[in-house]
Amino acid sequence: MSTALQTPEVAESPNYLNSEYGWRSWLFTKDHKRIAVLYIISITVMFFIGGIFASLIRVELLTPQGDLVNSDTYNKFFTMHGIVMVFFFLIPSIPATLGNFFLPIQIGAKDLAFPRINLLSWYIYIAGAIFALAAIVLGGVDTGWTFYTPFSSTYSNTFVITAAVGVFIAGFSSILTGLNFIVTVHKMRAPGMTWGRLPLFVWANYATSLIQVLGTPVVAITLALVGLERAFHIGIFDPAIGGDPILFQHMFWFYSHPAVYIMILPGMGVISEIVPCFSRKSIFGYPFIAGSSLGIAIIGFLVWGHHMFVTGMSMYASLYFSLLTMLVAVPSAVKVFNWTATMFRGSISYDTPMLYAFGFIGLFTIGGLTGLFLATLGVDVHVTDTYFVVAHFHYVMVGGMVLAYLGGMHFWWPKITGKLYPEGWARFAALLVFAGFNLTFFPQFITGYLGQPRRYHAYAPEFQVLNVMSTAGASVLGLGYVIPLIYMLWSLKYGKPAGNNPWKAKGLEWETSSPPPTFNFDTPPVVTEDAYAYASESSHEESHHG
Amino acid sequence: MHSVPSVRTYVTIWAILTFLTFATYYIAQIDLGQWNIVVALLIAFFKMSLVIFFFMNLKAESPLTKLFAAGGFFWMILLLGQFFVDYVSRSWMPGGKMW
Amino acid sequence: MADSHGVVAEHAEHSPYLRHHFDSMEQQFDSATLGMWVFLLTEIMFFGGMFGAYTVYRSMYPGAFASTSMHMNPAFGAANTAVLIVSSLTMALAVRSARLGSQKALQLFLVLTMIFGIAFLVIKGFEYHEHWVDDKVPLFAGHWDYSNTKEFPHQAQYAKQAQILFCFYFFMTGFHAVHMLVGVGIMITILTMARRGIFSHKYFTPVEISGLYWHFVDIVWIFLFPLLYLIGNARKLI
Repeated sequence: MSTALQTPEVAESPNYLNSEYGWRSWLFTKDHKRIAVLYIISITVMFFIGGIFASLIRVELLTPQGDLVNSDTYNKFFTMHGIVMVFFFLIPSIPATLGNFFLPIQIGAKDLAFPRINLLSWYIYIAGAIFALAAIVLGGVDTGWTFYTPFSSTYSNTFVITAAVGVFIAGFSSILTGLNFIVTVHKMRAPGMTWGRLPLFVWANYATSLIQVLGTPVVAITLALVGLERAFHIGIFDPAIGGDPILFQHMFWFYSHPAVYIMILPGMGVISEIVPCFSRKSIFGYPFIAGSSLGIAIIGFLVWGHHMFVTGMSMYASLYFSLLTMLVAVPSAVKVFNWTATMFRGSISYDTPMLYAFGFIGLFTIGGLTGLFLATLGVDVHVTDTYFVVAHFHYVMVGGMVLAYLGGMHFWWPKITGKLYPEGWARFAALLVFAGFNLTFFPQFITGYLGQPRRYHAYAPEFQVLNVMSTAGASVLGLGYVIPLIYMLWSLKYGKPAGNNPWKAKGLEWETSSPPPTFNFDTPPVVTEDAYAYASESSHEESHHG
Repeated sequence: MHSVPSVRTYVTIWAILTFLTFATYYIAQIDLGQWNIVVALLIAFFKMSLVIFFFMNLKAESPLTKLFAAGGFFWMILLLGQFFVDYVSRSWMPGGKMW
Repeated sequence: MADSHGVVAEHAEHSPYLRHHFDSMEQQFDSATLGMWVFLLTEIMFFGGMFGAYTVYRSMYPGAFASTSMHMNPAFGAANTAVLIVSSLTMALAVRSARLGSQKALQLFLVLTMIFGIAFLVIKGFEYHEHWVDDKVPLFAGHWDYSNTKEFPHQAQYAKQAQILFCFYFFMTGFHAVHMLVGVGIMITILTMARRGIFSHKYFTPVEISGLYWHFVDIVWIFLFPLLYLIGNARKLI
């Protein structure tokens, strides 16, 4: 690991952080980097709120009886955990933070195509979050984050409309971010930055943006229809007049399945940036990783029925969706193989970002494989709506996505803030996250397979030991999240100055100062080399950057 | 930037669109059974194409823009089509019917 | 696809409307246009979701559907279609005027477009009123009556599913009307900008992209008209 330069001027050089001061310069900014920082703060807050609900769930599940709260309240816990985590953390996370910050820089642009729409998307996110928090404060929602009808549309006595409005609004934020990214990547690449030279992080965010614009509007109309049905006490999902609840599920999952690819693809993009850097080797199979991002985005729209195998959907449709779900695993596997091949005969260093990348690759693989088990019709009948499913998606969402987010934040923290975080504490926290995560969720595969249903506040007594392990793991995991929060805030004031390229990484963002100037580059870059042009270990690389 | 279509072009397109509107209205009064909907949708599709290619000037836009426009419609078909993978095949199940 | 020589234009040549992060007006215009098309793509999926649901229920309940279509007034629908098509013409002519820098023509066509848009909403209002008086509004208690009448002696058997289909009618035309309202609001904004002399043959991007939005709302109606008003009208009630 490099030692940072201690030049005093580094802290004083004009950059996006010190160019203007005052709350107005932040709340009315058009700078994508400042907007990214606004998002980092907001989604961190929402993450910890979602985490509080997770803690409440795990505390209740320490004992087999439903003794902490009654079932209605427990329903609210897992609903709020899901709504907050899915719509206000996972969906925006990497695109709105690291994507916003780095996509323009990585393509050599001064900003996104529509800076004011970028700011608007943050305000819209905040508006949506306010509605979601209002739903919580007013008394909660108990429908599950999936809002299944007719419970959500007719029978629930909780603040469904408030929550649905919050999600609807947040969807616009997502759409605008995606729209901005698509136009930016098409129209604002620097000279020489051809599609074939784009960093894979850009490819990943581009593919994600396609999903955002194609899918989100459908969940918007779906939730709007549920809201209208509640408001008018009549609507299209009411079975009493011939409505079909399965139709709601089709409409809901048309978005919500691709949504999970919105969540994971940017994370995969981050891994594609970290692995070559810490293997000192060019990425293996660049076109296949880029293509697989697009493949996942497209095939991801053809598989949603795997959430509905036991609902009464036609068996033929189940066959169709099962087959296609098997297919969508292929591009993901391609990435895992390519990352591994990148590391082969590379020169590996074990800095924190790389630790998170290792964690991602292993845990995402487990999560992905268990997804295939769920895609298998016969197995799914047995494990659907059990903790097996819960474990599966937490492996990909937390073991995958959250680890990628943490890895990316650590990787790019020096660039965003100009400061280094303390590596020792960071590695310790990474190990806590990994250990805590596995202790939390691996037992859930077992209890789920043995029959513990999800969304119940009580369970059969024979599952208690595994549930206690799970809650213990959650405490460790929570600690693993809190520690980085502390030392990263600490590093803002006391961290060592980072220098332009502490990781000696390739990429346009590392050729500009840390933090970058307001317009990203002092002179507009012209690109002449491919992405990830890491030479195999040679000494001339050491003195390359000035 | 792109060339500007003439007033004559626009008025001609408008005239065709208005004619088609009345045509579709009158054809709907004739009982063609199953074909009513096909004819009506075909006319609507043609009208949409006129609006898109001429009024919205997609004809003169780049291949990329055309791809996005086409992609949008294709995606809507993907949604509808996959809904019907379920609904149509329900009646193939023994004892099953669409509803 | 960015400016190939990568050189920032001289300051003296900058249009006052060239935003700092773009290299040229052309790049800015192309980006805005692509951005609007991508936004319209999201609108296709928004309405598409409703069209999808509508199509499913249509196929499920063909009898109820034929029954409800008897209560739609195709004359209103056709009139509305014709009004919107004219408004698209005037909108296209407004964009054309903007491209040519004809200020008066631009303002005239914007005003005409607005008038036709408002006319559409007024006709819609009449239609909704007719349904209200006729007790065909299931959304409000006391305004739904689908019992057998002299004119429709067999409709009561469809009373339940007819509620679903009428919900679709109001929701679909309602969301469309909201988009029309927004469109009228956009026209007012563009008109205000035009009166301040902002547009010229060098800069007319807002007019162009507003036009795209307006035409799209027209296209949605082009499909709503046959689907809601025309199909089933010729068929005899079962």
